[in-house]
Amino acid sequence: MKFKALTAIAALVVAPGLALAQADDDNLVINGEIEAVTKTAAPAHMEDTGVDTIMSGWHFRSDETQALQMDDFDNPGMIFVDLGIEQWNKVEGEAGNSCASCHEGPESMEGVRAVYPKWNEDAGEVRTLAHQINACRTENMEAEPYKYTGGQMANMEALISSKSRGMPVNVAIDGPVAEVWERGKELYYTRTGQLELSCANCHEDNYGNMIRADHLSQGQINGFPTYRLKNAKLNTSHARFKGCVRDTRAETFTPGGPEFIALELYVASRGNGLSVEGPSVRN
Amino acid sequence: MKITLTTLAAALVATPLIAGEVAPASVTFGEYGEIEQSLTGQPGDPENGGLVMKNKSIGNCIACHQVSALSDQPFHGEIGPSLDGAGDRWEEADLRGIVANAKQMFPGTIMPAYYKTEGFTRPGNAYTGKAPEGDLDPLLTAQQIEDVVAFLVAQKEE
Repeated sequence: MKFKALTAIAALVVAPGLALAQADDDNLVINGEIEAVTKTAAPAHMEDTGVDTIMSGWHFRSDETQALQMDDFDNPGMIFVDLGIEQWNKVEGEAGNSCASCHEGPESMEGVRAVYPKWNEDAGEVRTLAHQINACRTENMEAEPYKYTGGQMANMEALISSKSRGMPVNVAIDGPVAEVWERGKELYYTRTGQLELSCANCHEDNYGNMIRADHLSQGQINGFPTYRLKNAKLNTSHARFKGCVRDTRAETFTPGGPEFIALELYVASRGNGLSVEGPSVRN
Repeated sequence: MKITLTTLAAALVATPLIAGEVAPASVTFGEYGEIEQSLTGQPGDPENGGLVMKNKSIGNCIACHQVSALSDQPFHGEIGPSLDGAGDRWEEADLRGIVANAKQMFPGTIMPAYYKTEGFTRPGNAYTGKAPEGDLDPLLTAQQIEDVVAFLVAQKEE
């Protein structure tokens, strides 16, 4: 009897916290016109994970943070898209080219973000969008590559992503990328560091729960690059991966290196069906 | 010069094993993952145990667990069970085993092992993201473990 009463009291006390902790049911419409898919059925390859609905990290943030992403005039990430446009048009390198020399306006990038990382047949490798940007710079422009997680790279990724907003993430996981995808999956479930935490421990087993003051999301990357209020800048997915692995008290992997390429492919594929949101706004 | 200072600081922070303490590698777990023997032979200090548990840079237990007795610190997590009444549900030896290495009792649990120094995948130098310099220290000292255990034993609801 005493136990029941205590349980009932506990339930009353805990309930508001739990309600707060669930992913909400708001709808993301950007600029009153781009209707984003932020919740949808998990892709077939996630059948054994116990996750049946995939959700954008947007659902795990406060109404105030969510609102910032719903209008480009409020979205601080769009400032970096403008910087990206300047970079797009700027001639750099020995070949005398800018992005625009070959690709005309950035509108030509529509749909590109949604399918990266992807196989590059000529190079015989899986390329992230950042690698492809740098391949363009070094091979076609004969310019210096951007630093992999640097500001200029984030700006360019934000510009290119913005042209695919609202389109479903659709990365291939079979054929020539299958081996890299499997490596990424293995890494996702590897418990690293002195804290022995895998991506899955937090983002598959505990999304929706609070870890101290942080609300755990599914760790989806459809919103990258992401403007974080925490550090007031655009963040790339590999910089975020690095931070997460570091926080397990582990020796991290190198942004742009083979491990994080594989991880990006796998994590991106867990978001197949969600809309591209980059540049998104998060805590 | 900077390196020398850092190394010196590290040496000061690193806790040499105190006589009478059981080293992490020498801990004997029972059949169910419990640890009967005190790690220090000294009684735990429940008050300090509470400080260890709520301090973000020490135990940070409340990152994952709700504990009413520590409610002066906000933002208790929801990852693990509430620790209210832990002293009713568990024996001291069980609690010692869970804090030292919960995976001995609950294989696959997300909970980190607080008194373990070997057997990690890509261990780092604390939160620097870099490779460790030399041997790892356990996340908590033997006495901190005993202090946390003393705090938990005292959590009674009945």
